[in-house]
Amino acid sequence: MSHAADLPLWAALLVAFFLLLGAGLTLIGSYGFYSLKSFYDRIHAPTLGTSWGTGAIVMASMIFFSVLQSRPVVHEILIGIFVTVTMPVTLMLLGRAALYRDRAERNPDVPAMDPPRGSLVASQEEEPAAGPDAAAGPSA
Amino acid sequence: MSGTILLFAVTAAQVMLAGAMALALARMIRGPRAQDRVLGLDTLYANSMLMLLTFGIRTGSTLYFEAALVIAVLGFVATAALAKFLMRGEVIE
Repeated sequence: MSHAADLPLWAALLVAFFLLLGAGLTLIGSYGFYSLKSFYDRIHAPTLGTSWGTGAIVMASMIFFSVLQSRPVVHEILIGIFVTVTMPVTLMLLGRAALYRDRAERNPDVPAMDPPRGSLVASQEEEPAAGPDAAAGPSA
Repeated sequence: MSGTILLFAVTAAQVMLAGAMALALARMIRGPRAQDRVLGLDTLYANSMLMLLTFGIRTGSTLYFEAALVIAVLGFVATAALAKFLMRGEVIE
């Protein structure tokens, strides 16, 4: 680490704090991902590492290179933005795929599919409940 | 002084990230179903991206940033394609 010897002390402390924060949060998230019981619990745990873990380490890298090169270096923010945008999309896709697979094999641990809205059975059940408002609604 | 602080912090962060990668890999090997393995692979991608960023701080070179960006993009594409495969049985229909 000879290149970091001329770094000012405040920058070194700041970079060390953000590095340890991000790596510790990532480790906690991965431990939760390993030890939680069901898949729907486990899918929440790694987001600790991809939200604040990534944010803190990206921030540490930005502070380090900005102070080292004496100019603002902000291209690491690309990684932060990209991970923040894409991680919810992938987890939504994966969660829906897992729910579909569980429902397809009729796993009793997941709630069953709702009846399709606007089907014949649902509309017949809703008809008497609309009673007093029937004059205001469409008569057909 | 600041070099010592940074060396300690980067080493500790790399040890913690290696532990996180090992836990994700263990769940990926153990995982009872396919979606657990896909999620383990996604976590492994994210942790290795963070590991590359800390390597960039350790060596003081900005080359590692580009590798980390490529890993982030590839991880998103791989997980989206695998989730689509689990849902439909094929990737492009």
